Amino acid sequence: MDIGMFENILFAMVRTGTPLLLVALGAMMSERAGVLNLGQEGMILVGAACGFIAAYAGSSLGWGVLAAVISGVVVSLLFAFIALTLISNQVATGLALTIFGTGLSAFLGAGYVGQTITGFNTVKIPLLGDIPLIGKALFEQDLLVYLAFALFAAVFVVMRYTRLGLIIRAVGENPDVAHALGYKVMRVRYGAVMFGGAMAGLAGAYLSLAYTPMWSEGIAAGRGWIALALVVFASWRTERILLGAWLFGFASILHLLLQGYGYEISPNLLAMLPYVVTIVVLVLMMYRQQNQGLFAPRSLGQPWHSPK
Amino acid sequence: MSEKKAMRLELLALTKAYPGCIANDSVSLQVEPGEIHALLGENGAGKSTLMKMIYGVVKPDAGQMLWNDKEVSISGPAHARQLGMGMVFQHFSLFETLTVTENIALYLTPAEYGNLERLRERIIAVGDEYGLAINPDRLVHSLSVGEQQRVEIIRCLLQDIQLLILDEPTAVLTPPEVAQLIAVLKKLARKGCSILFISHKLHEVNALCDKATILRGGKVTGTCVPSETSPTQMARLMLGDELELQDSMPAGSAGECLLALDKITVKPRDAFAIHLQDIQLQLHAGEILGLAGVAGNGQDELVDLINGELRSDSGSLLLGGKDISQLGVQQRRRLGMGVVPADRIGRGALGNMSLTENNLLTGYINQSGKFGWLNWPLLKNRATDIIAKYKVKATGADASAKSLSGGNLQKFIIGREILQNPKVLVCFHPTWGVDVGAANLIHQELIKLRDKGTAILVISEDLDELYLLADRLGALCGGRLSPLAPKAEVPLGQLGQWMTGNFGSHLADNTAAEVAHAH
Amino acid sequence: MRIEKRLQDSRAMMYLSPLLALLLTLVSGALLFALLGRPPLGSLYTFFIAPISDLYGLSELAVKVTPLLLCAIGLTLCFKAKIWNIGAEGQFVFGALIGGAVTLQLADSEGFWVLPVIIASGALAGLVWAGIAALLLTRFNANEILTTIMLNYIAVNLLLWGVHGPLKDPEGLNFPESALFASQTLLPVLFEDYRVSIAIFIALFMLLVIWVVLTRTLLGFQLRVMGENHNAARFAGFNGKKLIWLLLLFSGAMAGIAAISETNGPVGQLIPTLSLGYGYAAIIVVFMGRMHPLGILLASCLLGLTYLGGEMTQIDQGLPKSITGLFQGMLLFYLLACDLLISYRLVPGSNQTIKEHKV
Repeated sequence: MDIGMFENILFAMVRTGTPLLLVALGAMMSERAGVLNLGQEGMILVGAACGFIAAYAGSSLGWGVLAAVISGVVVSLLFAFIALTLISNQVATGLALTIFGTGLSAFLGAGYVGQTITGFNTVKIPLLGDIPLIGKALFEQDLLVYLAFALFAAVFVVMRYTRLGLIIRAVGENPDVAHALGYKVMRVRYGAVMFGGAMAGLAGAYLSLAYTPMWSEGIAAGRGWIALALVVFASWRTERILLGAWLFGFASILHLLLQGYGYEISPNLLAMLPYVVTIVVLVLMMYRQQNQGLFAPRSLGQPWHSPK
Repeated sequence: MSEKKAMRLELLALTKAYPGCIANDSVSLQVEPGEIHALLGENGAGKSTLMKMIYGVVKPDAGQMLWNDKEVSISGPAHARQLGMGMVFQHFSLFETLTVTENIALYLTPAEYGNLERLRERIIAVGDEYGLAINPDRLVHSLSVGEQQRVEIIRCLLQDIQLLILDEPTAVLTPPEVAQLIAVLKKLARKGCSILFISHKLHEVNALCDKATILRGGKVTGTCVPSETSPTQMARLMLGDELELQDSMPAGSAGECLLALDKITVKPRDAFAIHLQDIQLQLHAGEILGLAGVAGNGQDELVDLINGELRSDSGSLLLGGKDISQLGVQQRRRLGMGVVPADRIGRGALGNMSLTENNLLTGYINQSGKFGWLNWPLLKNRATDIIAKYKVKATGADASAKSLSGGNLQKFIIGREILQNPKVLVCFHPTWGVDVGAANLIHQELIKLRDKGTAILVISEDLDELYLLADRLGALCGGRLSPLAPKAEVPLGQLGQWMTGNFGSHLADNTAAEVAHAH
Repeated sequence: MRIEKRLQDSRAMMYLSPLLALLLTLVSGALLFALLGRPPLGSLYTFFIAPISDLYGLSELAVKVTPLLLCAIGLTLCFKAKIWNIGAEGQFVFGALIGGAVTLQLADSEGFWVLPVIIASGALAGLVWAGIAALLLTRFNANEILTTIMLNYIAVNLLLWGVHGPLKDPEGLNFPESALFASQTLLPVLFEDYRVSIAIFIALFMLLVIWVVLTRTLLGFQLRVMGENHNAARFAGFNGKKLIWLLLLFSGAMAGIAAISETNGPVGQLIPTLSLGYGYAAIIVVFMGRMHPLGILLASCLLGLTYLGGEMTQIDQGLPKSITGLFQGMLLFYLLACDLLISYRLVPGSNQTIKEHKV
C-alpha cells in the first residue's frame, strides 16, 4: 500500500465515522443522565430529511444544517415528554420514535427523492493539512467534520472537568438521591435528551448535505443503532467514543480497501461488515463488562417519578 | 416570671395525614441548643414522617415549626440546609460510583466549597478533628457501610451546622463503631450543635441522649430524661401496655445436623462481591443459629450460596447428609430448603403480582401439577390460608404485594415458607423495617417452627433480635465466619469483637468443639 | 395538574388506554390530512374503513394479519419476559431466504410432504437466526436489542445478495428477484379469488397455544416472573438461560413461519422488499394488544389495516405510502403516553407533595 492510498483510507475513515461520532456523543450524554433513547435512527432520518428539504428549498446549506438540528431537537422532545414526564417504558418509546421518525422522514422527503444539491466541500487548513499521513484525514475535511471535532472536545471537557458533568453523572447514577439533594433531575434529563436530538439531527444533516448530498429513505442505514452499540463499546467514556467511531468508520469502508487490492466481493456481503463488526465488538465488550460491573450508568433506562 | 428558654428547634402540634392513616398526630417537640435529643419509637410509629417534615421533604398538614424561636416553613432540603440543619439518612444518599470529594461537592453549593482541591483538604481536616478519618479520593462503593456514614456526617460538618439529624444511625454499625459515633456526637454537642437522634434502641439512647421524646402510633406518648427514667417505663411509652413483648424465648434442643458447610470458599464474582473464605458451619434440627454482622460482610453471598444461586469454589454443602453443592435452587427446595431473602420486594415477592401468585413463587415445588399445569383455585386457597394463619392485613389473596405494608408482606412471606414445612429455613433480616406487632408474631412463629424440628439460620443486623431468638451465635466479618457458641457464652462485647473480625483465641476451642459435635 | 401514583394499577385503564390511543391517532390523522389539504374525515374513511368495506378487503386484511399475528405471538412471550427481541424483522427475512431457497429446490417435487417441509425450513431458519442472539445473550451477556437489530440488517443484506446472485431468476430479465414459486409450493388459499391462505389457521392455533401457556402453566408464570424481576426469578430457581433460549427460538420460528405465509402466499417469490416492516409493526401489535392473546389479535387487525389504508390513501389521495409508518408510530406514541394513566392519575393542583401510601 502506498502513502496516497493510506491517506485516502484514513480520510474516508474519519468522514464515515463523523455521523457515528456525533450520534454517539449525543446518545452518551442521554445515557449518562440515565435515559436510554433508542430512537437515534428515527432522529437521524428526520434531521436528514428536514435538512435536505431546507437546504434545497432555501438554496442554503446553513439553513439546512439549522433545520436539521432543530428538527432533531423537536422529535427528541416528543420522546422526552413521553419517556420522562409521562414515565413510559423507555425501550418501547425509543422504538416508537424510530418507527415514527422513519415514517415521518419518508413522508416529508417523498417529493425530494432523486433531487440533488451541492453539498459541503472540503476545506483544507493551511499548513496542518500538509502533514504527511494524517494531514488529509484531520485537516482537509468539510466544515461539519471540524464541527464534530469541536463538539467532541467540548463534551470531553464538560464531562470530565465541569460541575455540570458531575451533576449529569449523579443524575444518571441515582436520580432519587440527586433529587433529594435538590437537583432538578427532569431538567437535566430533558437537556441531555435534547442535546442527543441535536446531535442526531446534525448527523442527519451531515449525511444528506455532505456525505452524499441527497435524500433517500435508507440514508441512515442503521447508523443510529451502531452508534448506540458504540456507546456501550466505549464504556460510556467520551475519549473512547472517538476511537470507536473511527473503528466503525473503518469497517464501513473496508470494501474500498479490498477493492483497492483487487478483491471482488459482492457489495451486499461487504455491506454486512459494519453490522458484523458491531456485533463482535459488542459481544467482546459486554462479556468483559459483566465481570467488572461498574460501567453503565446505574439508573439507565429505568422510569423515574419524582417522589418529593 | 420565668424566662422561656431559647430553643434551637421547636415543633408545635405538627400533623400529617395520609389516606388511610394519620402518620403524625399533633406532635410537639423541643430541642435546645447543644442538646442531644432522642426521638424514640418503633417501626411505624411515625418517626420518618416527622423527620421528613423537619427536613422539608414533606409539608405538614397543620402545626408550626420554630427555628431558633422564629417561625419557619421549610420549602425543601436545600432550605433546611441553609438554615443550618444537616441530615444523615438511614439509606445513605450517596452516589456510589463517584468519589467522596465529588459526593460532598454535590451536597454543597459551589459557593460553599470553592474548588475541589480546597474541599479535599477540608474533608481531611474535619475528618481528623472528629476522628472520622476518610480518604477523599476513594469511590463510595468501595467504602464499608460505617465509612459511608462517616462521609454523610463529614459533609454535614462542613457547613455551619446547628442541628444534626441522624436517622437510625447505629442500625448499620458494629458495637465499637457505635461507641465511636457516640463520642463524635458528644463532642459535636459540646460545641453547641444540637442533635436529633432517631432510634428505637433504648440502650443507645440511654448512653447518649439528654432528653427523649417518645412516639407511638403517630402521637407523642411522653418526654423524659433517659438517665432518670427506667427502661421499663420507656419501653412502656414506646410499645404501650397491651403488647406483651417477650424479652426471652424458651431455648431449643438441638438434634441431628441438617445443614453442614465444610470449608466453603466462594471467590468474588464481580467488583462488589465479598470473598467467602473457609466457612465451617453446622446447623441442627430444633435450633436457631444467629449470625450477626454489618451489611457487606458476606451475608448476601452466604445466603445465595445456601439457596443455590451461587456455587462454591471449594468445600462441600450437605443438606440432611446429602451433598447439594451441585444442585440447583429448585432441587434444594424439593429437599426441604426454605429461604426468606432480605429484599421483600424484588426478590422474596413481586410487587405487581397478587398474593396468590407470590405464594406460587416458592410454592410451585409442591403446588403445581404435571407438565407445570396450574390449578389457580387451589393456589388461591393456599394464599388465603396464609393470610388467615399469619394475620396478614390484606384485602384478599388477589391483593397485589405492593399494596401491603412491610410488616404484612413479611408475615406473608414467612408464612408461605413455614407452611411448606421446610427442613432448613434461612431468614435474612426477617424483621427489618417491620412494625413491632408483626415482628413479634414472626419471632413467635420462628420459635414454633424450631420446636417442630426445623433447623433455622437467622442472619440479622438487629442484635436484640438475635439475642432473643438464637440458641447459638456467631458473626460474619469480611467473608469469614467467627466461632459459633451457645448464647450464654457470647456476651455483647464478645459478639462485637467477632463482628469486627477479632475472632481471638476462642477460635481454636470452638472449632474443636464444632468438629467434635459433627462426629 | 400533577401526577400522582395509584395504590393499585388500574385494570380499567389497561383496556381503555389502547382505545384512547387509537382515538388520539384518528384525531391527529384528521389534522394531518387537513394540513395536507385533503378532506379530513374523507381521508380517514379512505384509510380505515374503505379498505375493509368489501369481502375482498376483509380477506386482504386477513392476509396482512397472518404474518403480523405470527410474529406478535412470538414477541409477546419474549416481551412478557422482558427479552427485547427487536429482531423479528431479520428472523422473518432469513426465514424467507432459506424457505425460498428450499422452495426453489422443490419446484419440481410433488407430494403432501412438500409444504410441511417448506414451512419447517422457514421456521427452522427463523429459529436459527434468533438462536444467534440467544447465544450471544446467554453466553456473553450481549444486549439483545442491539444484537438482534444488527442481525436484522445482516439478514436484509443476505436477502439482497441472494436475489442479486445465487437465487436470481435466470429467466427474469436480470431483475433482482427469484423465479416465481411453483404452484404446488404455495400455501393453499381458503377461497378461490381471495388471497387469504391456511396460514391464518396456523396463526390462530398458535394464539390459543400461547394463551394456555401464559395463563395456565408454570412456564407462563416463570416468564412473567422473569419479566417482573430477574432477581426474583433466580431466587425462585427459574432457569433464566433456558427461558431465554426457549423464548427466542420460539419467536424466531414464528417469524419464519410468518415469512413463509408471505413468500409462499401473496408474494409468490423472493424479492428485495419482502418485509414491509412486519417485524417492527409486530412490536406495536404486542404493545397495543397489552401482551394479551385476545388483544394482539385485535391489534394485528388494526395494524394490518394501517397497511391497507396506506396503500388505499396512496391510490386515492396521492399521498406517499409512508403514511402507514406515520400512523403506526403515532399509535405507539399515544399508547405509551396513555399508559401513564394505568399506574398514575392526573390530579389538579401544583407540584407539591406527591402522596403515596400503603395499607
